[in-house]
Amino acid sequence: MSTGIKARRWLGRHALHIYGVLAFAYIFTPIAYVMVFSFNRPARSNLTWRGFTLENWTNPCNAPDVCNALGNSLKIGVASTVIATVLGTMVAFALARYRFRGRTTTNLLIFLPMATPEVVLAASLLTLFLNMRVQLGFTTIIIAHVMFSISFVVVAVKARIASLDPRLEQAAQDLYAGEFETFRRITLPLVAPGIAGAALLAFSLSFDDFIITNFVSGDVNTFPKFVYVSAGRGIPADAYVIGSAMFLLAMAIVLAAELFRWRRAKNL
Amino acid sequence: MATAEAGGDLRLSGVTKRFSAFTAVDGIDLTIAQGEFFAMLGPSGCGKTTTLRMVAGLEEPTEGSIHLGDLDVTHKKPYQRPVNTVFQNYALFPHLTIFENVAFGLRRRGVKDVKKQATDALDLVELGHLAQRKPAQLSGGQQQRIALARAVVNRPQVLLLDEPLGALDLKLRRQMQIELKRIQTEVGITFVHVTHDQEEAMTMADRVAVMNHGKIEQLGAPSDLYESPDTTFVANFLGQSNLVPGTRTGTDGGYVVIESHGQKARILQSRCVPGSDLLLGVRPEKIRIQEAGDEVPTGLNRLTGGVVVDASYLGVSTQYLVRLPWGQNLTVFSQNLGITERFRDGSAVTLAWEPDHSFGLAGDAAAGVDEEAAALAAAASAPQG
Amino acid sequence: MAAIAPRADATEELPRATGRQLRTVLILLVPGLLWLGIFFVVPLFTLAGTSTQTPSGSGIPGEFVQTFHLANYWDVISEYKGHFGRSFLYSILATALCLAIGYPLAYLIAFRAGRARNLLLVLVVAPFFTSFVLRTLAWRQILSDDGWVVSSLKWVHVIPQDMAVTASPLAVVAGITYNFLPFMVLPLYSSLERIDPRLIEAGGDLYGNGFAVLRKVTFPLSMPGVVAGTLLTFIPASGDYVNAALLGNNRTTMVGNVVESRFFRVVDYPTAAALSFILMAIILVLVVLYVRRAGTEELV
Repeated sequence: MSTGIKARRWLGRHALHIYGVLAFAYIFTPIAYVMVFSFNRPARSNLTWRGFTLENWTNPCNAPDVCNALGNSLKIGVASTVIATVLGTMVAFALARYRFRGRTTTNLLIFLPMATPEVVLAASLLTLFLNMRVQLGFTTIIIAHVMFSISFVVVAVKARIASLDPRLEQAAQDLYAGEFETFRRITLPLVAPGIAGAALLAFSLSFDDFIITNFVSGDVNTFPKFVYVSAGRGIPADAYVIGSAMFLLAMAIVLAAELFRWRRAKNL
Repeated sequence: MATAEAGGDLRLSGVTKRFSAFTAVDGIDLTIAQGEFFAMLGPSGCGKTTTLRMVAGLEEPTEGSIHLGDLDVTHKKPYQRPVNTVFQNYALFPHLTIFENVAFGLRRRGVKDVKKQATDALDLVELGHLAQRKPAQLSGGQQQRIALARAVVNRPQVLLLDEPLGALDLKLRRQMQIELKRIQTEVGITFVHVTHDQEEAMTMADRVAVMNHGKIEQLGAPSDLYESPDTTFVANFLGQSNLVPGTRTGTDGGYVVIESHGQKARILQSRCVPGSDLLLGVRPEKIRIQEAGDEVPTGLNRLTGGVVVDASYLGVSTQYLVRLPWGQNLTVFSQNLGITERFRDGSAVTLAWEPDHSFGLAGDAAAGVDEEAAALAAAASAPQG
Repeated sequence: MAAIAPRADATEELPRATGRQLRTVLILLVPGLLWLGIFFVVPLFTLAGTSTQTPSGSGIPGEFVQTFHLANYWDVISEYKGHFGRSFLYSILATALCLAIGYPLAYLIAFRAGRARNLLLVLVVAPFFTSFVLRTLAWRQILSDDGWVVSSLKWVHVIPQDMAVTASPLAVVAGITYNFLPFMVLPLYSSLERIDPRLIEAGGDLYGNGFAVLRKVTFPLSMPGVVAGTLLTFIPASGDYVNAALLGNNRTTMVGNVVESRFFRVVDYPTAAALSFILMAIILVLVVLYVRRAGTEELV
């Protein structure tokens, strides 16, 4: 067999893997860029490379407002995640467990916010707040974030409940657990990973939201808003530090969870 | 938990379950004695599982009542009745250890020495060493035994088993059948076992109820059901049967005489239904196959003019398919004793059997038989070519 | 007939809630639905209302009166048809690119990744863990005309020497594609993952050729994922304005940009509201047509 054919065979077999490497390189390019530039020597803007420094990382709150905006984002993220997760989980249980009149309408009401572009959600909420003369700020941001997160929570939790074997709950009842005990000892622990996943999703949606937040935030600054607004006059390297740190933190959490799962699977 | 004093038989009276348009269980009356190993046998959709679920409290009967001794449990919740279930596919709680699975019912009932009882139950199924594992770490057979321990540990009055061996491979299933029987004898609890595997029902149960279309077709000891089926459904669902249509022509001593295509045969009166249109039934292993023209001992039923159309060697026996002059095929199992030569395709043969092994059923052969079986019979009896 | 077995009541045969259960259902549903009712449905009506208002004549910016002035819609359509055209053109292009890039990736993760599956899925959504705006800005730097990416692409003649990438429609489409790629990959993956690998082996057994199997077996079976992925990409992309604002120029603006500027720079709520309304209406119509055409009801 000639080496040409061999090479072609090899390429054919590994084409998909090569593609995968390229695709992930593409996905990680801007992330790498952000991380690299978080070590750039500070100036008014952070566009060209001026040299390596750890200064930004040791003092990330150096630039005015950046940590304030981050704090707001975290507060809003936690509050809206808690509310959206509780409300969405409740709706998910009703939809996954019972047949009732208005089920179709409920499903539609859950689906529509996901099928509406953010800018429309933002514009319509803003007209409501303007008409009602509501003061824009933390409350209106949280209201908006809960509104667009609920649907995602419902979908995620509902899928988890639907994947439960109904016989597990029947078995619990057969083994003398009343309805509440069954829920507490069987249903809830088994659905919990789904709820946790939904909460993580809700938090990341809230934390990263710019469009809707921009419309309903009034004077309150959030991290995405801070970055967008300062894009014109130059983003401080501190923002890159925060962006990188959030990324590393999230990856660390996810990887730790994954490692834990692998370890448990290996102990089988 | 309901009081344990209710002790006694499990009684179902006129129990019916309808799902919108479909009647799954149709007025069942049944009494299962305390300590009995009872099996409900039937094809899927016959209502056996629904019946079981009503006893467990997982479905509510549309009509009728269910009693445990003097206790009316018809409308009691599953957790209010002294009944436990071994679920199909076991339904072990995946997030709890084996020990906690077994201890679950004990804890809910507030039993004191949970540890000892749960450990004993695990020892009963010989899996005490796996107490700290999670269900996913166990093999199918082990999971099955844990499901059994989890139910038995509560000492229910009735233990329900919903196709408990369905997911196991053949060898393991035979092993577990013996195991189940041992445990039942050891704990003395009433077992109600639902299955579609006739061999499983027959080897384990004291009595078997054969169900079809939501009704009990026949109920009795396995040997009674096999030797004298009441209906064509039972005759065909439990093992194989040869059913030859004929008409009643009279009696001879204690026997009914039936004529079929000019040949006569006798059936014990006690084993024959009334009516003139009959089906003469005989099990394949009861039939002797002889070369045509050989002397048939007197007193035997016989059918002459048969031709062997297929002979399958099965090791312990040979299965012949014999075509009768009117085109019907009968099945004959002949033990391979090694005394006589086996017949080949095309051999002319006579079939003979003890009249006491005949049974007489009503109607035509297709009635009550699965459509599939009827189609098979039709295909088999179609003229060759 | 086996439908009577317990498995059935898990899915279609849910119990109809009665009496006490109905109360439970109500308690579970009301808070969430009320939230969506007040902050999603009602605002759509106020949006519709605002879209037909006209200036009050008092001269104070931001003061409008309800006059049911439907002509607003005609004015908006004739004035901004170019923006609508760009919004849909860019988002359709980006959706197609996402599908082209995402399908092999989802396929790789679903069938070739083994135990690394979950890890790779996390890597796909990794961009979500950095800020959306920050990522987009990073692309602006990476794709700048004097940056090494564009220079090297020009050097190997992938793109013409005189082409400008900075602040071009190309950059906008590239940005949208990048930002919404995970929305495409995840649903694709989940429907590919559900395909029994034996079906693909059987396809290989019967068709032989890998491409034929992909076209005749794998792709049709992954249709629900394709539909869900394209919708999840297209819908947010068509309403996006961040990419156009950060990566484009003033000739690449989309409907979202106009809505934003009508709200915040020129205080002209009716125009912004009418634009939003039309955008939503067009998307709904497109989605319904598309779903009919693709013949699947599985949206979420």
